[in-house]
Amino acid sequence: MSLRLDPREHAPLFLRLLVSLVAGLAALLLVAIPVMAAGANPFEAYLLMAQGAFGSMFALSETLNRATPLILTGLAAAVAFRARLWNIGAEGQLYMGALAAVMVGSGFLQLPAPLAIPAIMLAGFLAGGLMMVIPAMLKQRFGADEVVITLLLNFVVILFIQMLIEGPLKDPLAMGWPQSVPLVAEARFDKLIPRLRMHWGLIVGLVAALILWLMVKRTVLGFEIKAVGENKAAARFAGIPVDATMLKVALISGGLAGLAGVSEVAGVKGYLSADLSPGFGYSGIVVAMLAGLSPIGSVLAAIFIAAVFVGADSMSRATGISNYLADLVVALSLLCVLVGSFFLRFRLRWQSRQEA
Amino acid sequence: MTDPAILLSLDNITKRFGALVANDAISLDLRESEILALLGENGAGKTTLMNILFGHYVQDEGLVRVRSNGGDMNSLPPGSPGAALAAGVGMVHQHFTLAENLSGLDNIRLGTEPLLSLGRRAMARTRIKSIIAESGLEVDLDRRVADLTVGEKQRIEILKALYRDARVLILDEPTAVLTPQEAEGLFVVLRRLAANGLGVIFISHKLGEVLAVSHRIMVLRGGKKAGELTAAQADRRAIADLMVGKAVAEVTRTPGSIGKALLEFDNVCLGKPSTRTALRQVSFKLRAGEIVGLAGISGNGQTAIAALLSGLAVPDSGTLRLDGQPMTRTSPRRLVEAGFARMPEDRQHDGVVGTMSVAENIAIEDVRSPELSHFGFLNRNAMQTRAQSAIAAYDVRCPGPDAEARLLSGGNVQKLILARVLEREPRIILANQPTRGLDIGAQAEVHRRILAARDRGAAVLVISEDLDELFALADRFLVIHAGEVVEAGPADALDRATIGLLMAGQSHTTEPLAQ
Repeated sequence: MSLRLDPREHAPLFLRLLVSLVAGLAALLLVAIPVMAAGANPFEAYLLMAQGAFGSMFALSETLNRATPLILTGLAAAVAFRARLWNIGAEGQLYMGALAAVMVGSGFLQLPAPLAIPAIMLAGFLAGGLMMVIPAMLKQRFGADEVVITLLLNFVVILFIQMLIEGPLKDPLAMGWPQSVPLVAEARFDKLIPRLRMHWGLIVGLVAALILWLMVKRTVLGFEIKAVGENKAAARFAGIPVDATMLKVALISGGLAGLAGVSEVAGVKGYLSADLSPGFGYSGIVVAMLAGLSPIGSVLAAIFIAAVFVGADSMSRATGISNYLADLVVALSLLCVLVGSFFLRFRLRWQSRQEA
Repeated sequence: MTDPAILLSLDNITKRFGALVANDAISLDLRESEILALLGENGAGKTTLMNILFGHYVQDEGLVRVRSNGGDMNSLPPGSPGAALAAGVGMVHQHFTLAENLSGLDNIRLGTEPLLSLGRRAMARTRIKSIIAESGLEVDLDRRVADLTVGEKQRIEILKALYRDARVLILDEPTAVLTPQEAEGLFVVLRRLAANGLGVIFISHKLGEVLAVSHRIMVLRGGKKAGELTAAQADRRAIADLMVGKAVAEVTRTPGSIGKALLEFDNVCLGKPSTRTALRQVSFKLRAGEIVGLAGISGNGQTAIAALLSGLAVPDSGTLRLDGQPMTRTSPRRLVEAGFARMPEDRQHDGVVGTMSVAENIAIEDVRSPELSHFGFLNRNAMQTRAQSAIAAYDVRCPGPDAEARLLSGGNVQKLILARVLEREPRIILANQPTRGLDIGAQAEVHRRILAARDRGAAVLVISEDLDELFALADRFLVIHAGEVVEAGPADALDRATIGLLMAGQSHTTEPLAQ
């Protein structure tokens, strides 16, 4: 007997859902090994995690609060990856978006809330977008690799932000903490439910996912992005403006990551600091991959990843196991989904030696 | 008189790839001094059969037997190219397997003996010289292979096989890359080698050359042996019908009515002048109702002309004129809007997006038109309707408008592209290698469509490496060599030999270069 691989003609929707689901479960299963090694019962640990993530209104709110930036960075990665534009810089774009929100919304413009919120969102979108448009242009002009540039820009941006919040943007009333001047009240996102942390950023994320889904399915732009992503030569031959389409993708992708930054500043913290994001930009890549680059799937994947983080914190408090295992789950689910995507392209078949 | 001895015998070879039966119980015998042509459409199983014979694939059933020096028929162990080589089977692949940075001599010796022993090198040279003298395979042994022409590289490949004492020589589509003159030279060599006892298997899908060179013809179709006949009893029609399995409607060209010039190249230059593929001061006109054939060996500037007519490039100097007006800032989209139909050379790579549906690929050139989209939103119904009528009108074999284009065969991809570009009644048509790799049925269909477009008044430029195709279509010939385009005149006054000389860069005798 031998194993052989037949290329699949078509991967049905249920299979794609199944792969993501199984990848998530497989990651949890694998992480059960270190959990046991740490001397805990994995079933109990996961039960505590689930309770910590969904067990109460408060837990659910915390999970959705955590999911909000992940939805946006996940969409940022999904839209770029669909066009084969490898944006690894969502972390830096998020910070630039947050910075733009603070610059516009901390009182130097006197605007009422209905104008102030769109203003900081637009500023954040453009700032994040610009951070991706520049690498995309460098790629077109000089063939510079966008993976390297966007990845390294993350560190450049973080250092730049640290310089600003230790210097010109430093809040004089923060008792020496390195944080920026706060947003004015008009530029803050309201809470969705009083006394719970989840905020209007979640709605922004959901609407963005819907718009992207519509764009992918129904618009000329979505059509052109698909053509450029799947076969650049044929797209160019057919008259699709390849470079312009790529720049649009870059703007949308970077912009969405920028919105994640706006949402964190306006919905959670109220000011900019260098610990605004615990790697939301990088986790967005996992979200997008887990979602199979689907916009709607990105929402679900973001909630899953957020639940793992929030649940792990709560479980860690109860069992004493390090909450680093959340990172382990996230990393392993990315690996599992990569393995799983193999089964979307091929079908495994056993066959007798004679046939081979 | 008894027949010459059998050199090679394939006995009921069967090979399956999954559900596909690539070879279904095929048997063949090759005798000493015989040239056997293996003829068939793409996908008929020719290459699979030869790969089994040479040991690249393992057959599911059947035996390969080769006569040993002693005269016994020994069966070859399956899946061992080494054993095939040792038994005297030599193969010249369509894509050569030479080390480009070594000399011809070293390439011939490569793999048979260490390259660094001086004494052997001299011995090898003497032996190869005598093979060359015997076979007529003239080639400079000391030049680097990279500097040789395609025809010379092929000779090196054949010498390589002969140097290893091949008694059976397999040639896979040997003439695909040769000028008619080079092909004729190859045939002379093959006849001479066969006269000395070599058995030759010649794989091809070109009927003319098969009739010219072979003694016996075996036709494969759909993995089965469709027929076997001697060259003496064969005629083109009969073989074509055997290959396709049904009578092929012959496409006939009626003289068209030629109108005014639609497109003009005026002293166009493109690319680095030092390279062979750059265009040098190219001037010609395309007129309404006329098919112009551009003949030439590949890599002489055809790609640059196609790029200009596709909108992918603009001239470095010189002018393109449409209806007498200079065209500036061309782009694929502008050309489509100006009424150009463009068929790319590499249709799978440049013609379709494999993971998009048939409907999307048909719509891709004018997805922004009011017919297909409003305010940036796609009109999926219109795309679907257009695709359905295109599938019906152009006989695109596919599961439906939503099927991904990568699932289509080459012929159906070309029909899809025809449907996309011809439905808009274009005025200027670029057909770049329009039937390369297509089966005879699809070829006839493509030719019929191109002729119909001409009769409707379109100006057509056909770029092809297949002279038969150009003679079937063209009203007038241009020949390109090293980036220079020569007017060769009306097709009726030309023959293959004249075109072949021009392709090889010999200047025209009747008409001086118009420069």
